[in-house]
Amino acid sequence: MQFSSRRKKFTTNSQTELYSHPLLFYVQPPLENISLMEFETFAVERLKLLKTIENLGVSYVKVSDQYIKKLEAESKALNFLYRPEADDRKPQSGPTEQEKRRKDHISHFILRLAYCQTEDLRRWFIQQEVDLFRYRFNALYPKQKLEFLHRNNLQYDTISVEEKKALHDKLVNSSYAVSGITVEDQDFYKVPFQDALDLVRSRKVYLKAGYVYIPHQEIVTIVLNDFRTRLSKALALTARSLPAVHSDERLQPLLNHLSHAYVGQDYSIQKNVGKISLEQIDSLSGKSFPLCMRQVHQSLRENHHLRHGGRMQYGLFLKGIGLSLEQALQFWRSEFIKGKVDADKFDKAYAYSVRHMFGKEGKRTDYTPYSCMKVILSNAPSQGDHHGCPFRHSDPELLKQKLQVYKVSPSGIIQILELVKGMHYQLACQKYFELTHNVEEASFSLNHPNQYFIESQKVLGGGRDIKRETDAPQKPQENSTKAPIAAPEAAANTQDVAEMTEELDSFFQDA
Amino acid sequence: MPASDYDSACLPDILPLYYRRLFPFSQYYRWLNYGGVQKNYFQNREFSFTLKDDIYVRYQSFTTQNELEKEMQKINPYKIDIGAIYSHRPNQHNTVKSGTFQALEKELVFDIDMTDYDDVRSCCSAAEICPKCWTLMTIAIRVLDRALRDDFGFQHLLWVYSGRRGVHCWVCDEAARKLSVAARSAVAEYLSLVKGGDETMKKVVLSDPIHPFIRESLVLVERYFPLYALQDQDILGRKESVDKVLALTPEDVRKQLQQDFQNEKKPENRWNLLKDQAKRKQGTSKKGQHFEKEIMLQYCYPRLDVNVSKGVNHLLKSPFSVHPKTGRISVPIDLKELETFDPFAVPTISMICEELDRPRTVEEEEKSEETNDKENEKDAAESRKIRDYKRTSLAKYVKCFDQFLDVMSRSWKGELLKKSDLQKDF
Ligand code: SF4
Ligand SMILES: [Zn+2]
Repeated sequence: MQFSSRRKKFTTNSQTELYSHPLLFYVQPPLENISLMEFETFAVERLKLLKTIENLGVSYVKVSDQYIKKLEAESKALNFLYRPEADDRKPQSGPTEQEKRRKDHISHFILRLAYCQTEDLRRWFIQQEVDLFRYRFNALYPKQKLEFLHRNNLQYDTISVEEKKALHDKLVNSSYAVSGITVEDQDFYKVPFQDALDLVRSRKVYLKAGYVYIPHQEIVTIVLNDFRTRLSKALALTARSLPAVHSDERLQPLLNHLSHAYVGQDYSIQKNVGKISLEQIDSLSGKSFPLCMRQVHQSLRENHHLRHGGRMQYGLFLKGIGLSLEQALQFWRSEFIKGKVDADKFDKAYAYSVRHMFGKEGKRTDYTPYSCMKVILSNAPSQGDHHGCPFRHSDPELLKQKLQVYKVSPSGIIQILELVKGMHYQLACQKYFELTHNVEEASFSLNHPNQYFIESQKVLGGGRDIKRETDAPQKPQENSTKAPIAAPEAAANTQDVAEMTEELDSFFQDA
Repeated sequence: MPASDYDSACLPDILPLYYRRLFPFSQYYRWLNYGGVQKNYFQNREFSFTLKDDIYVRYQSFTTQNELEKEMQKINPYKIDIGAIYSHRPNQHNTVKSGTFQALEKELVFDIDMTDYDDVRSCCSAAEICPKCWTLMTIAIRVLDRALRDDFGFQHLLWVYSGRRGVHCWVCDEAARKLSVAARSAVAEYLSLVKGGDETMKKVVLSDPIHPFIRESLVLVERYFPLYALQDQDILGRKESVDKVLALTPEDVRKQLQQDFQNEKKPENRWNLLKDQAKRKQGTSKKGQHFEKEIMLQYCYPRLDVNVSKGVNHLLKSPFSVHPKTGRISVPIDLKELETFDPFAVPTISMICEELDRPRTVEEEEKSEETNDKENEKDAAESRKIRDYKRTSLAKYVKCFDQFLDVMSRSWKGELLKKSDLQKDF
C-alpha cells in the first residue's frame, strides 16, 4: 500500500490530460488515491444516476426530448457532467467540470467492482451504462465526437468513393439521414450487421451480404456496440480478480452493500414503533404489503413456519413498518408454536434471531430492511423457500394466476407481464401498486418494500402520521454512521480512512 | 390420392418400418455433426420426441449416430423436434449445477404457418390448405430466401415442408448458428413487415424512403400478386372482399373507386384503376402514399412467427419427421423446383412403406447391384437402407438433402483445413 511519490506526480499530470475530453471510454482505471468517503459518495451517486436511467428508459423513448431533459436534470443534480462544454472556469458553486469528470471516472470503476459479481448484476450495470453513454455521446458536438473517436483509437472501415457511387441509390433509400446531396460528403462505415443490431432491426441502414452501411450520423450505434462489448469483457475480467477484493476487509462489505444498495431511505430508523397492532397485520398484508411480503406472510400463516431467508426478509420488513421487538417476538412465537415448534424450542432456537434483527444480540448491528435490489438479486429462493420477489422469482404463468386471484384486470396483467419480461421487476411492482391503488401514475420510484408500504398507506389514508415520522435521512447504507457529505464529524472520520483505497487500480490491472 | 389412405391409427405399426428402413440417418447425422468442426456439437444437441398419446420427452441427446438410430428404432417417435446445442449433454441437464446448463447455439430458424394468413385467404381457413393458398408459401420462400442470402449474406438455407400447412427454414451457416438472441430478433424484425392482429385493419404501413429491402421484396411480390390475389383469391370480385381492400386506401380514393367499380367488374381492370389512383396521389402529395404497395404486401408478404426465430432454445420440428396428423414426411424443398412444389404430392409414411413392399422392377435390381458394388465396404444393413429409400418416392427429397449437405461440407473442409494448418504451425 505504499506508493512512491513519483507515481503520484505522474498521476496528477496524466489526470489533466485524461479529463480533457468530456466523455470517457473508461479504458484506464483511476490511478490516484481516494478516501473511503469519496469512494462511497461517488459510488452511491452514480448508482442513483443509473437507477434514474433505468426508470426513464421504461417511461420514455430513449432519444426523446423528455428523456434527455430529465436525464440532464438528474445528472446536474448529482454533479455528474451534463453538458459537453469544456468550460473549466470555477463555477460559483459546486465542482468544476474537471472534478465532475474525475468523479465520473472513479465512480464508474467502483461500480464495476461492485457489479461484476454475478450475471444479473453485470447485465443490469451494462444496460444502464450503455444508456448513459448513448445520451452523453449524442450530446457531444460533431467535432467532439470526432475527437473522441480519435483519442480512443476507434477506427471503423469506411467505404471507398467508388463503392459509394455504386450504392448511391440504396444508401439514399436506407436512411432519413441521407439525401442525394449529402451522400457525397458523408462517410459511410461498413461493419458486420451483428455490430449494429438496432439499426438492422429498424431497417435504418442499408444491408448487403451481412454488412451494414452506416452513415456518419449514426456512428453512435457502432461506438455503443464497442462500448458494450468492452465493458462486458472488462467486467468478466474484473470478476476474476474479485478474490483479491474480497480479501480486503474494508472494501468487501462496502462493495457488497453497493451492489445491493438502493438509493433512498433505509427504513431502519424506527420512529413509528408501536403504530401497528398485531391484529392489523393480516388486513394490511392484503392492502398495503408488496407481493414479496404478502407472499411470505401468507406462507407463514399457512405453514406456521418460515425458513431463514423468509424470516430475514419478512422480519426486517415488519421491523421497518413499526413492530417493536416485543411485538415481533410475540408475532413469531404465536405463529411458530401453532406448527411443529413448541414455546420452549422457540425461545431457544428462534427468539435469538429475532432479537438479533433488532440488534439486541450478537454484534448488535442494526439490521436494515431489505431493499428491492437485495430481495431481487441476492439469495434467490430455492425449494421450500417463500422469500424473494414474485416478479423476479415466480414463474410468469404462476405470477399471472396470482395476479388474477388478486383481481388485477386482464389488461393490467398484460402490462405487468410485459415489464417482467423486460426484466423491470420493480417497475412491474410499481404498476401493480398503481393498479391496486387506483392511481394513474405513482409519484415515487419504487426501490424498497417498506417504501411500498408507506406509499400505500398514504394513498389509503391510513398512514398520515406514519409518513411524517419516517422522514429518515437519505442514508446510502446501514453501517455508515455519518451522513455522506460534509457533516463535520464525517470530516474527522475521513482522515482515519483516507487513502485506504489507494490501490483501486490494482484490481483492474489485468483488465 | 394415396394421402387419403393414411390413418394415424396405424402409426404404431408403420413407424418401426420407417425408422428401420427409410429414415436417412446417415445424412441426418452428417448434417447435425457439421463436419465435426466443433467438439461435441452433435453430442450436446437437444432432441425431443413426441410419443404415442402426446407424451413429450425433452432433453434427449446422443453421442453417436448409432446411438441415435438405436434409440429412435426403439421408441419410434411420432414426432421429432430439434433444439439447441447446449453447454452440456442435454440428457445430463439435471446433474449439472443449475444456471450452468445453457443453450449456446442453434441454426437460425423461421416458421411460416398458413394459419397466420387467415384474414387474406378466402379459399381455406385454419389448418386447411389448397393449391390456391399454397402460393403464399412460395412467395414467403422467395422473399425470405433472397433477403437472407443477399442482405444477410447467409448461404446454407434448408427449406422444409412442415408436413401440414407451412414451411420451415433452417439457416445453417456457422455465423447464423452463433447469433445471439438479440441478433436473431433483429433479423426477424428486419424481415417482418406485416404488423398487428385481428384488431388492426391496416397491417402494413410504408414510409419514405422505401428501404431497398422492401423494394426488392415488392419486386417478388408483384410477380405473384395478379395470379394469387386477383385471380385465385378474387380479392376485387366479391363485395365484402372489395370493401376490405378499399378500407386500406385513403378516404377520398375509396369514394372515387367505389364509384368507378360500379362500371368495372373485371378484377385486373379494377386493380389498374386503384394503381392509377395511387400514382396520381404520389404525384400530388408529398407524404408517402404507397397504399397500392401496402395492399400487395398485406395480402402476400410472408408472416413470420418472430418468437420461434428469436429463441436459441426454441424447438422446431425436424426434417424427415412424420406429421402425425397428415402422415406426410417433413421433406426438404428444392428451390429449383419451387414453383411446382406440391404439398399434396409429398409422400405419406403409409405410401412409402407400401412402396417398399412393391416387387422390384428389373431396372431397380440392376441399380441396386451397382450401388452394392460401389459401397461394399459399408456394412450390409447400411447399404440396404440406402437401396430401400431409393425405391420409394422419398428418394428425390433425400437427394435434395444430399445436395444441400454437399455444398455445406465444402465450407467444413475449409474450416478443417484451417485448423490443421494452424496445428502444423506449432
Ligand atoms: S419489487 Fe420490491 S417491493 Fe415489489 S415485490 Fe419485488 S421486492 Fe417486493
Ligand atoms: Zn386454400
